[in-house]
Amino acid sequence: MADQKDQKETQQLTGEKANVGLVERAKETAAALKDRALEEAKDYKDPQQTQVWKSIFRVSHQRSDPRNRSLAILSNVFLHLHPAKINRDAVRYQYTWGMGGITFYLFIVLTFTGVLLMFYYHPTKIQAFADILYLEHDVPFGKLLRNMHRWAAHLMVITTWLHMFRVVLTGSYKKPREFNWCVGVVLLVLTLLLSFTGYLLPDDQLGFWAVTVGTNMARATPMFGNEGPFGPQLGLTPYNDVRFGLLGGSIVDANALLRAYIWHCIGIPLVASIFMAVHFWRIRKDGGISGPAPVMLESEMRPPKKK
Amino acid sequence: MESPKPNSRRNKLIGLIVAVVLVGLWVYSVQDWHQIWKIVSAPDNVPIVAMLFLVPFFTWLGVKQAKSNDNLIVELEGDAKLAKTHHRKVEPWRPGWAKELHVWPYLVRVEFLAAVIVTVILYVWSIALNAPLEEPANPNLTMNPSKAPWYFLGLQEMLVYFDPWIAGVVMPSIIMIGLMVFPYVDSNPLGNGYYTLRQRRFAVNMFSWGFLMWILLIVIGTFIRGPGWIWFWPGQTWDHNTVVFDRNRDLHEILGVTPENFANHLSLLPWVRGIFGFLVVSGFFILGGLFFHWLMRKGPFRFSYLISPKRFWAWAKLPDPFELKLLANTSILQYMTFQFFAVSVLLAMPVKLFLRLVFTIKYVWVTPWFNV
Repeated sequence: MADQKDQKETQQLTGEKANVGLVERAKETAAALKDRALEEAKDYKDPQQTQVWKSIFRVSHQRSDPRNRSLAILSNVFLHLHPAKINRDAVRYQYTWGMGGITFYLFIVLTFTGVLLMFYYHPTKIQAFADILYLEHDVPFGKLLRNMHRWAAHLMVITTWLHMFRVVLTGSYKKPREFNWCVGVVLLVLTLLLSFTGYLLPDDQLGFWAVTVGTNMARATPMFGNEGPFGPQLGLTPYNDVRFGLLGGSIVDANALLRAYIWHCIGIPLVASIFMAVHFWRIRKDGGISGPAPVMLESEMRPPKKK
Repeated sequence: MESPKPNSRRNKLIGLIVAVVLVGLWVYSVQDWHQIWKIVSAPDNVPIVAMLFLVPFFTWLGVKQAKSNDNLIVELEGDAKLAKTHHRKVEPWRPGWAKELHVWPYLVRVEFLAAVIVTVILYVWSIALNAPLEEPANPNLTMNPSKAPWYFLGLQEMLVYFDPWIAGVVMPSIIMIGLMVFPYVDSNPLGNGYYTLRQRRFAVNMFSWGFLMWILLIVIGTFIRGPGWIWFWPGQTWDHNTVVFDRNRDLHEILGVTPENFANHLSLLPWVRGIFGFLVVSGFFILGGLFFHWLMRKGPFRFSYLISPKRFWAWAKLPDPFELKLLANTSILQYMTFQFFAVSVLLAMPVKLFLRLVFTIKYVWVTPWFNV
């Protein structure tokens, strides 16, 4: 019933204003819509008030009050490994030299460039070397990509060593951080192995002979190598010793290339990621970064506690 | 203060003059600049060339901070009242200042800046210098010299002094395990979280000894070892036809344990050799242990002791009371563990290097199963 009434009224209206026409009405509606749109657009001038923004960032960071600054760290998945606050002298470049953080950043750079390189590389004797030539000469920015992967890897070895050197100089491996130092030593070994397994992948003379020299040492492993002390006595030959296991054969060939590739791209990065997670987690659990701590005096030394 | 100012200035000047003279002599003796340029500019050698500058720079940066902390420590040790009131850091602090900062933004911005700088360095490096690529792998054509990547050149250089099972397997394992036990054998409670040399002289020196030895071996492997892994001084041409008439002898041969002297008891010779070598190595461990035992109780060494035998003797004879206190803090297990790693890596490496390069001695212990 109501609908019919409405219809009648509408018909009356249109009848009366027949001369006004559709155009006028459209204009009116458009003007009303425009006003509304302008009104709503005022709200979008502050993107931080939008639903999209609020759904991504769970808290407002716009003001610099202490609570917001803490939440900026605590509620962010990428930053949450940081504490909300740190020792005011620890942000000085001089104390940490930033080497640990730079090492991690280089790991990220290497993962990124490494994944891109994987798109162009086949770990087979027929294609590997040709793929490097292809990368260098045909792939857009391929040369830059390969160079950056190489130099970032070298830089990562350097920063790892300097990080370790700094930790020794500041005595940061001391109680309660002894275990984390050990995790760090494992990470150092993994960094070197990552770099070494990558060395073979271009399948050129440089990598081939470096890996030949390197794995020849494995032949001499005591008890596990066929030329090592007590190896022959335990029945080891070039076809069943530890070197055979590393290379997947008795010479550096197709299987060695494939094994190096898998260790380089999957095996070691996976293990290293786990150790890194423990390393970073332990930094927090062991009380954050070690200093600069107030100096202790010789006169305050206590004899070690007896259990 | 132990070292008066004018003296340290004079010492610096003497050091500078000695360094300039040495570099000058080296420059004068260089025969082949092109060879040097070829080694230094090889793309894969860039990292170790960089290390030649980075290691001294960061050592200086660490020592500088250690010295200022050490000065503060001396000051506070002498003034108990100040020790109670001072905030015990060299970094400035006023009562109104908070002891902690918000990570956002004060740390995050430092990290961001570091990431930007590293990225820029990587871009410049990658645009300016190409990663090396040799000819396709060819098992029939041996590269000469065929070198490991630079960070493993220390191990490859060790192959000159030890058999592969030691240089390639046992030594690296001992070094890694030794690094891991390092925090557990350093029983010194002082110097946790700040730079200091005064309170941790021995620990820092032992680590630096190992670290610098590692770098030195890499430098030898990179700059000095040429074709045939022959020793070429920097500036000498890497001549592929060079032949070195090297005497390779074992220690027991020099001391008369030879077939000629055992003509009537040849079957006994391997036993005598084995026992002789065992005694030599055991003796080395005992003497090495005594050496470290002596060294770890010593006070700071000054270069002036080198020109004054009287002062040197006084230093060598008298133990330092603080170091004795640290030693008393150390358990027997910690002490023995340290001694094992110190003698078998920190001492064995340079001693064998010396025996090999100066006396051309190959083995000190020969058995039917292994040689050392």
